[in-house]
Formats: sequence, structure tokens, C-alpha cells
Amino acid sequence: MNHHAIAAIYRFEMARTFRTLVQSIVAPVISTSLYFVVFGSAIGARMTEIDGVSYGAFIVPGLVMLSILTESISNASFGIYMPKWSGTIYEVLSAPVTPLEIVLGYVGAAATKSVLIGAIILATAGFFVPLQVAHPVVMVAFLVLTSVTFSLFGFILGVWADGFEQLQIVPLLVVTPLAFLGGSFYSIHMLPEPWRTITLFNPVVYLISGFRWSFYGVSDVGVATSLLMTLGFLVACAAVVGWIFRTGYRLKA
Amino acid sequence: MDPIIRISQLSKTYASGLHALNSVSLDIRRGEIFALLGPNGAGKTTLIGITCGLVRPTSGTVLAGGHDVVRDYRAARRLIGLVPQELTTDAFETVTATVTFSRGLFGKPRDPARIERVLRQLSLWDKRNDKIMTLSGGMKRRVMIAKALAHEPQILFLDEPSAGVDVELRRDMWDMVRALREEGVTIILTTHYIEEAEEMADRVGVINHGELVLVEDKHALMRKLGRKQLTLELPERLEHLPDALAGSGLELSGGGAELVYVFAPGDEREQITGLLRRLDAAGVAFRNLHTQQSSLEDIFVDLVRGDRAREGAGVGER
Repeated sequence: MNHHAIAAIYRFEMARTFRTLVQSIVAPVISTSLYFVVFGSAIGARMTEIDGVSYGAFIVPGLVMLSILTESISNASFGIYMPKWSGTIYEVLSAPVTPLEIVLGYVGAAATKSVLIGAIILATAGFFVPLQVAHPVVMVAFLVLTSVTFSLFGFILGVWADGFEQLQIVPLLVVTPLAFLGGSFYSIHMLPEPWRTITLFNPVVYLISGFRWSFYGVSDVGVATSLLMTLGFLVACAAVVGWIFRTGYRLKA
Repeated sequence: MDPIIRISQLSKTYASGLHALNSVSLDIRRGEIFALLGPNGAGKTTLIGITCGLVRPTSGTVLAGGHDVVRDYRAARRLIGLVPQELTTDAFETVTATVTFSRGLFGKPRDPARIERVLRQLSLWDKRNDKIMTLSGGMKRRVMIAKALAHEPQILFLDEPSAGVDVELRRDMWDMVRALREEGVTIILTTHYIEEAEEMADRVGVINHGELVLVEDKHALMRKLGRKQLTLELPERLEHLPDALAGSGLELSGGGAELVYVFAPGDEREQITGLLRRLDAAGVAFRNLHTQQSSLEDIFVDLVRGDRAREGAGVGER
């Protein structure tokens, strides 16, 4: 294992994060705080409890997931797209590194950043609503698993994209709607049929449900199902990344 | 001694159908400076791309230090440093950060002393904490060279190193390349500036339309293909060549003001002596004489033109 290379890529990417501290960390914290002010304090006060949890507290796991999904995708896709765009990718492609090492560097850095943001948002949420975490180990497991999975997805997006527009479009038109409709702000039990069944095809439902279970012990779908679905998506993304490196798709002529 | 790079029957056809390389075979000797010359689109960059892992070969093999660049790419790439043609650098990183990154990427532990040496060698030490985006084009080129040298490669590829570089930097770079050769580094450079190849290379390869037209020791090439010409300026114009000089190889030129002799390959001194003797006997005086030797550039242009001419005539079509 070329651990110097993994460390070099990882450090390089983390340096990018800290160089753009405001955009990377402060922005998601502010936007999440706004959600709490609007949905938690202003509107939430007039909402009834869901599954025995106050509305403000209920939306915390969903908001964390929403941020993690978008941040993981955006960080990882930019991480690999920028060198592709500027041409500096030549160095990584001509280096004695395996695809696994490249992915560990780029995706590891993007996932680390997402976990950091998730932790900061949780801490921020603590200022607005009383937080309790029933299953901390499961909570961390979901946080890390989701960050890694969606960073892998972002990596795929960054390799596939051949313009900045494509880089923005997928998170905006696909991921954000899926996160909003995946039960960030409501329990899917509140939906009438057939929407409830249709929603079960949304992979984000399983992430949010499992993550929420780790906080309050209540979930829309079984936690084992959530975990399996998340792992399934991770394996699917890893398989696509493997294919990218095997074929040189959009990386090598 | 085994060649440090062995290219065997290498071909590349891009997805667009373009045949960039056509069964190229070439050995690069350990420790030499090899210049690969060729017009735009000849296949130089593709050849480098395949050796360095940026382009996938269609067929054929490349061994670097005995390691196959596809099957055993990790071992092969550790030996190689690449300075690509395009000026592609990070923008927001500092010089030190980007060079340190390169060293790590190639599997070497951090070594600030080594980085300092490379930066000083390339006159970048004063700029070490500057963001790359603030540097001039020439300085960015130096940064790219520093990145390629950060992991102490045994083989250095310089793809058009002088493109967009001022005279001073070009001279610096030539000095640096020579110093690297002294350290045992093998250098392969592609260039449009034939002057560069003439100045530095030990051997020259000419590539055209994806085929290696020739590989030759530079001096041997110039001896073999280089034309040497003697021009004698006459005090008075001559109407025609005196009969006594017929068959001497001398030709009247410049409206009768000059006599020109093109040396046949062989002993030039012998030819000059004989020639001067015959001139003396014919009573032809001259007020000045000078010789001119064709440069690598002339040879290159002749070769490439010859290639085109053959194509035009339908000979040697591929």
C-alpha cells in the first residue's frame, strides 16, 4: 500500500477544506440553523409531537442527513473534477498509485469533512432543541457510512461530469428532492397511499429512518433494513468506481 | 547494458479512429538524453502518455526499468517523472505544498531538505510560500519541473519543455538537464525547437505520422545527413565556370559572384586541398570563403518533407 500517496491526497484535499472554511463549514451550519429557527422554533411550536418526539427534535436527524448528503456529493465531486478540469489529474494518473489508494485519499477526505459537518450541525442543533442519542454507536455508524457512500457517489459524479453545470445539477435536481421527500421533515407514516409505498423506493428514506432510530428509537422502516439498504448503495457505488478505473472511463484516452 | 526504456511494437488508435502510433519500437539507453522530434500530431505526446500511464496502449508493450508499464505499473511509475506540455498547475496551493504533494504521491516519505534542494536548483526557493496562481508562466513551468523531480526519478520526460519559456529559463533548464544527466538521470524530451535537441541530445529520434522515421546518434546523424557547403566569394563576376574546373563539383552561384561546393561525405580536408589547388591552376582568385553546415533543423525538415513527398507520390503509404 502506497500510504504516502493516500496521505498526500488526503492532506491536499483537507487543506482545500480549511482554505475554504467559510464555504465548507460555516455555510452549512448557518443554513441548518435557519431550518431550526423556521421549522423548529417558529412552526415547530405549533406542531404536535411525532412518534412521541417534539417536532424540532424530530427533524434533527433528517437535517443532518440532508447536509451530509449534499456536502459529501459536492466535496467529492469537486475534489476529483477540479484536477480533471485544470489538467493536474495527469499527476495522479501517472503516479504509482492503485485505484483503491486514489479513492481512499479523495473519498476519505470528502467523508471526513462530511462527518465533521455532521458533528457541527448536531452541536448547533443542541442549542435549539433538547437532543438525546439513544444508540450512539449506531448513530456514528450511520453518519460515517452515509458520508462514505455519498462521497463515493460524488466521486463518480465528478469523474462523469464534463462541465460545472452537471456537477451542480445532480445534487440540485436529484439529491435534494430525494432528501426532502425522504422523510427529513416528516414521518412517511403521515403520507397517504400510494405515496407511502412510492416513497419506499427512495433510498434516502432508509438513511434518514435508520439515523433517526439511533436518536429516538423510532423509525419508519426497520433499522436492519436501513443498514442493509445503505450498505447496498455503498457496494453499488464501489462497483461503479471499480469499473471506472478498470475501463479508464473519462480518465484515460 | 539493458535499456532503461524498451518500447516494442507500440500502437495506439484512439476512439475517434485516429492512428496516433503505428508499431513503434524504441530503446532508450540508461543515462542518455534522447530527443524525440516530430511535427504537431506526430505521436510524441501519445508515446509519452502511454509510457507514463495517461494513455492506454492499443497493442505493444513498454518496459521501464524492466517493469511493464501496464502490468507492473507501480514499479514502473516510481522511476518516472513527467513534465507535460500543457502548463497545468494548481492555483491556490503554495509552491512548497504542491511539490511536497508530488513527492508523497509517488510514495516517498516527506523530506523537506530534498524539496529545498529542488526548489533552490530551479530558483524557486524565494517563491516557496507563494500561491502558484501568482507566478508567471515561466515560474509555473519551473514548478512543474520541481514536481516531477520531487520523488527523485531515474527517468524524466520533458514534453516540449521550452514552449512559452523565455531565453533565460531555457538556458537554465538546459543546464539543469545536463546536471541531471550527470547524476545518472535518463532524459527524454520532445521538442519543436531543434536547437534544443542539437544543444543537448545524445541521440535523436524523428517521429512522423505515428511512425519512427529514424533513431540516430546526433553527431552521426549530422555527419550522415548534414550537408556541408563551401562558398567562395569572387573578386569579379564570372560569366561561366572555367573549363579547367569542369567536373570539380564547383558551381557558379549568386549571378556569377560566388562559387559553391557541396562536400561529399568523407575527408573534407582532402577535398578542400584538392579544390584550392585546382582553383589556383585555373587562375581563379577569391576574396573570401566560408563554410556552412546544415543544422538538425534542416535535416529534420528534409526528413519530414521527404516523408510527405513519398506520400504524395503514393510511395510508402501506410
